[in-house]
Amino acid sequence: MSNIMLLNISAADILSDPVYYALCVILSMAVLLGIHLMSKVEKAHIGNKISALAIALGIIITLIKKDILPVWLIYPGMAAGLITGLILAKRVKMIEMPQLVALLNGIGGAASAIVASFAFLVLYRGNELFGKTTASLAIVIGMITLSGSLVAAGKLHKILTQKPVILPLHQAAAVSLLIIILALVSLGGFFNFVQPSLLLLGMIVLSAVFGIIFSVRVGGADMPVTISLLNSLSGVAAAIAGFAVTDILLVSVGGIVGASGLFLTQIMCRAMNRKLLDILLGKTALKDQKSEKKEKDEKNRKVKQEKAEQESSARQQEPEEKLAAGKEKAEKDRTAETEITEEDTTTKETEPDDPMTIIRNAKHIIIVPGYGMALAHAQHLVKKLAGTLVKKSAVVKYAIHPVAGRMPGHMDVLLIEAGVAFEDVYEMDDINDEFKEADLTIVVGANDVMNPAARNAEGTPIYGMPILNVDQCKNILIFNYDLKPGYSGVDNPIYDRKDGVWIIQGDASVTLAEILNKLQ
Amino acid sequence: MDLIQYILLGIFVVATTVGYMLINNVPSRLHTPLMSGMNALSGVTILGAILATATALAGDKPVTGYIFGSLAIILAMINVAGGFSVTNRMLKMFERKKEEDE
Repeated sequence: MSNIMLLNISAADILSDPVYYALCVILSMAVLLGIHLMSKVEKAHIGNKISALAIALGIIITLIKKDILPVWLIYPGMAAGLITGLILAKRVKMIEMPQLVALLNGIGGAASAIVASFAFLVLYRGNELFGKTTASLAIVIGMITLSGSLVAAGKLHKILTQKPVILPLHQAAAVSLLIIILALVSLGGFFNFVQPSLLLLGMIVLSAVFGIIFSVRVGGADMPVTISLLNSLSGVAAAIAGFAVTDILLVSVGGIVGASGLFLTQIMCRAMNRKLLDILLGKTALKDQKSEKKEKDEKNRKVKQEKAEQESSARQQEPEEKLAAGKEKAEKDRTAETEITEEDTTTKETEPDDPMTIIRNAKHIIIVPGYGMALAHAQHLVKKLAGTLVKKSAVVKYAIHPVAGRMPGHMDVLLIEAGVAFEDVYEMDDINDEFKEADLTIVVGANDVMNPAARNAEGTPIYGMPILNVDQCKNILIFNYDLKPGYSGVDNPIYDRKDGVWIIQGDASVTLAEILNKLQ
Repeated sequence: MDLIQYILLGIFVVATTVGYMLINNVPSRLHTPLMSGMNALSGVTILGAILATATALAGDKPVTGYIFGSLAIILAMINVAGGFSVTNRMLKMFERKKEEDE
């Protein structure tokens, strides 16, 4: 440090210690103000800009205070990161936001791990217990965040399998790995006899392996929890690295990020009625006994609607993947889907009304979009359908379950992008009492979030999970890919309801377009 | 532990608590922009990266230090720039739709 200080003494003099500390506190408060402004949709963009400005100023005062301003070698890296980041942000599609956030979580974790590695090696010779321990912890958390996030992003981007991967002795391996890592951390803190670079390497590799083990067994619908948690960890890694390098801003801002991620994780767990520990330990909803039950139920259904099953049996294994397979296949299936649609409407001929009459006459409509809508790229059609209905002087509202989509708030962003006004989008608690009064509920690609089994089917993975009260509505029109149970593996009793339920199976981008045609 | 370390711990506790309380008020429809904003904020580790790189450049292994330091700077800067920019893009979407409706 002293060498650098000789380069430019005057710059550091501008910022005396008290001024620098005061500025750090002010900038931390600016970041908090930015987050506070995020609580109102109208002011959120101002909040984001304030936070951005605070970080920019934070970089500048650090450059001045630590006399790094003339060290030109650091600028190419900053420019490269800036350009890459801006391109990434510009190119990403809204449906890909979960994987982008996961990727950025990992990148943040990696950066903190590197910073902490520097601190670790510099501090190692001394007897600085606090510094060494915090540096080790930051390395460990940063590396877990990196590898865990890369696996999560790979799953979300469908490079890796979306199903939970459970290795033999998975839990035992994870626990023992964690114990070894903690042993290494305390070794680094208390003893100096181990080769520091070896110790560092050991922590880096083992933490990375732990991150992978932790992340591979998380399945698709548990992703919101995982991403929130990794978001939190990336902040915690930054904060702890801040302890190691004694940087106030790093500690405060990292702490804020860690707290926010933890909060979102809690919300997600509550919304899914899952315990965080269960998800971390890989107690996923997909268990052997359940898939057996699933098969049995599948058989029952086959009797009921053999034909429909035949049509979709070829695609049964991985509906999500197939759904995303794109328009080409959708077009090819079009004839088949039409058949199903017609069959469905004909079997319900005994009903006093057909779905088209119900849609035409409904004045109060609630639309329930799920991740299936996003997979079918049907959000624009949904918006179009809503627009047509509004023209027929109906009131149309959207009801969003907190865990719909692959990350918190994902469904909202997709709807807003499609042109839906955010005033029409309601959170579960704000709209749940309206279902019993509504004339019609239109479900698009959602299942578990409206499964009434959550209220009474004790012992099932979704028991106790708050759900949208879709079943209280007198008329329900469901556009789902198939009638298989959702991610939870629990059957949805709504499908078996005799009155006022119409199910239109198939790719929502096709089936919705048909309904829209009939309406116009 | 030195005084500065106690101060850091205090700051950590205060920032975490206040942040936690504020995030409680963020509506769930803004949770995705909130998370991408948090991505940007976790890029604050760039401060540490800058400091580490500059220190390493003056140390006895400047080349290795520079390579890893620059890597940290690039990664952290991707977070800062990408995070804030994509958050801005999403929030503008919320803004635009509102204006169209009025």
